[in-house]
Amino acid sequence: MKINFVLNGKEIELVAPPDRRVIDLLREDLGMTGTKESCGAGECGICTVLIDGAAKLSCLMFAAQLEGRNVITLEGLTSEEGLHPIQEAFIQFGAVQCGFCTPGMILSALDLLKHNPNPSRKEIREGLSGNLCRCTGYQKIIDAVEAAACKMKKEPLL
Amino acid sequence: MKRVFLPQNLGQLCRIMEEEPRAMVYAGGTDLLVKVHQNLIDPPSLICLDRIEDLKEVHEQGDEVMIGACSTHTSLFENPTIQSNFPVLVKALKVLGSPPIRNMGTIGGNICTASPAADTLPPLYVLEAEVEIWSQNASRRMALRQFISGPGKTCLKAGEIISGIWIKKVPEYNLHHFEKVGQRKALAIAVVSLAAILKVSNSGIIEKARLAWGSVGPMVVTSTQVEEALIGQSLSLETLQKAQPLVDEAVNPIDDIRASTWYRRAVAENLLLRLFETKYD
Repeated sequence: MKINFVLNGKEIELVAPPDRRVIDLLREDLGMTGTKESCGAGECGICTVLIDGAAKLSCLMFAAQLEGRNVITLEGLTSEEGLHPIQEAFIQFGAVQCGFCTPGMILSALDLLKHNPNPSRKEIREGLSGNLCRCTGYQKIIDAVEAAACKMKKEPLL
Repeated sequence: MKRVFLPQNLGQLCRIMEEEPRAMVYAGGTDLLVKVHQNLIDPPSLICLDRIEDLKEVHEQGDEVMIGACSTHTSLFENPTIQSNFPVLVKALKVLGSPPIRNMGTIGGNICTASPAADTLPPLYVLEAEVEIWSQNASRRMALRQFISGPGKTCLKAGEIISGIWIKKVPEYNLHHFEKVGQRKALAIAVVSLAAILKVSNSGIIEKARLAWGSVGPMVVTSTQVEEALIGQSLSLETLQKAQPLVDEAVNPIDDIRASTWYRRAVAENLLLRLFETKYD
């Protein structure tokens, strides 16, 4: 079926099987490999993307559901000026080890900071509670999101 | 390849359901799409209710609140009407699944999945919610406790969906409590959960009590014996401790990979004690 949606600010029209999972559409058909897949069952948060601004799981959505939606993947955060403040903070604070959970973490953090620009550490933990990391022990990720929140208050981007 | 339909309104849904009698209906997809992907079910086509705005409304009508079945968990705990009337439900919605699951999953979906571990069910049992069952020909209301007929089973027939949930306001209940114990705080299926609403008098006497446990039986467990043991007593640790053996009689938990029967029994009893620590107006 023909599907029209906006991906990282660009209007897209494509033909895909309606029951193609969004994660497969993004990675395999569109080459957007920033979005990863781990459990495929909604339990790890690795495949998180933003749909109309809300963090959702691309492994549990069919391509047909994208019709008319605004989709943001990790690739959509980087502009010509460089990395997004959350990405910068992840590098600065060593919040990345193997990196597999990082795209989902960053997009969940973005959803959190849009709703709550000034979160406590507890609120950051809750906001990221749907994203599993098996390397960092989370502390540096929380440090990074805290720092990004400070920076984004000064220079609001998204 | 399965066809996926996105009806925009109930009229379109009618036509599609007629043309696709074997289609499975979903809203958030957080349960159904897992099963489809793992080939546990193989429907020829799917109908996603996500675009039907009429099914996402929340409105007050007299002494009741109607919640559209396709309201996401996030939209409900952010809704002022739900926050002010049903704190017990808000407490459960806030710990359901994880943030992305709460952005996708819906209250109607949580009900229709009818898991004994569903987080919204114990609060909806204590609130004595009713479901509105919609089909092309008619709508009818049924008590939720009657609608859920077994683990994973409901009274929903072919061609029917839940369109809404009706809950009577409960201004007299001034203590609302929900607690879930799982292996992890987020993304963990409840090992045991307890929802409770109490009416506690100024002098600390429990005048009304409604309680419901999740994950300790094939369906949500309620117990008039426990409720009667609390009513008329002061809200004290002693009162709650006296009622604990009655909890043990009421529950019937299984042994599984998440917890053993004895552990679930112990937690189900002990969650009752938390009412002593819960703040109320």
